[in-house]
Amino acid sequence: MFRKLLPIVEHVVKGPVWDCQMCGQCVLHSTGMTCPMTCPKTLRNGPCGGVRTDGNCEVKPEMRCVWVKANHRAETMPLLPKSWREEVGHLRPPVNNQLKGDSSWLNLMNGKDRETPEGWEVSH
Amino acid sequence: MSDFEVLLTSRERPIVTAEFPSMDGGDLATVEQALTHYRGFVDAVNITDNPAAHAHASNVSMAIAVKQLGIEPIMQVVCRDKNRIAAQADVVGASMHGVTTFCALTGDDVTAGDEPEARRVFDIDGPQLISIMSGLSRGSYLSGRELKHKKELLIGAVENPFAPPADVRIRRARMKVDAGARFLQLQIGYEPGVLESFIEGCRNNGVTERAAVMPTIILTKTAGALRFMESSVPGIHVPQPVISRIAEAQDPAEESFQLVREQVEHALALAGVAGIHITDFRHDGSLERLVRELSIGPVSVGTEARSA
Repeated sequence: MFRKLLPIVEHVVKGPVWDCQMCGQCVLHSTGMTCPMTCPKTLRNGPCGGVRTDGNCEVKPEMRCVWVKANHRAETMPLLPKSWREEVGHLRPPVNNQLKGDSSWLNLMNGKDRETPEGWEVSH
Repeated sequence: MSDFEVLLTSRERPIVTAEFPSMDGGDLATVEQALTHYRGFVDAVNITDNPAAHAHASNVSMAIAVKQLGIEPIMQVVCRDKNRIAAQADVVGASMHGVTTFCALTGDDVTAGDEPEARRVFDIDGPQLISIMSGLSRGSYLSGRELKHKKELLIGAVENPFAPPADVRIRRARMKVDAGARFLQLQIGYEPGVLESFIEGCRNNGVTERAAVMPTIILTKTAGALRFMESSVPGIHVPQPVISRIAEAQDPAEESFQLVREQVEHALALAGVAGIHITDFRHDGSLERLVRELSIGPVSVGTEARSA
């Protein structure tokens, strides 16, 4: 019951504020509280090379690039701990698509959101 | 170790790479014919992966063909069309045919192409792909499963110094080098000051030392080509004065060539720039003229006949 209810509660809270896509492995803290899954390319390590000169998105010209926003906010947003600000430049691992729809709060507590494939450790 | 890798390490002279045209059918003779414009003038050619989201003969097939014909292919892999399984399979498969140089890109969106209704994949992104390729080079798939026959790969990437935010581009170049990129081909750009700042940043954070940074120039003939890039190609900005210079010239084709020549001379004069990447949309011998006039690439050592 708790496992079913929690994603709903999480979506109700995070959806309206961050346009949360429920990837189940939240990295908002490292992206200036900007959800990378709202990038049309769902890039976890943006911005891509297509950002327009005005800082808007290659795919949606009317939208501010999610990663331009993320980097700006990571620097300027008040109250963010220093370690969170620095994390914006860290390489985030590929998304675990099995966690989509899960509560990231639960996955944060049980550590599932930080699990990476064995080869990821080898590769860097 | 390939000649190209030796050159990347020694940097004894400016490196020249070029974009190989994509193909839509034909056979090995078609590829060989196209290669005559590059053989002896460049150190390696980029084999694109459905550039600008248009379907063409696959990167794997083209890279193998070019390798068989004696030129070093840099096989691009983009994240738009394939998930992590397919991308790894392509790299490992191509390596079995001697293709060992790869370039990881995020890739243009599907909306840049002629099939915008296609599903975009982006299961992984450019920096992750570099890291995954590094794993393959060390003998392991992303899953951790071991490759039975390990082959060392030379991995590169791209970066766009001309897209905002400028400081993030420098940091991103570093992220890619940390993930295993040993060369960085840059996006086409027409703002020398922006390039200078980017290269300076890359010098300061160790990128130019650890990776061969290569700005890209594009050989065109008309102001129309520049206008098209400005309006329609994601990530490329051509300032109006540059377009006017070509539009108002008596001989736009020659003026376009001179513009590129100036760009190359400027780029190669910057400390930390290892070479240039050429995209040739003229196909009129300008690439050969450029490398000969500036004495760069294989022609600079008087070994014109040597295979690239």
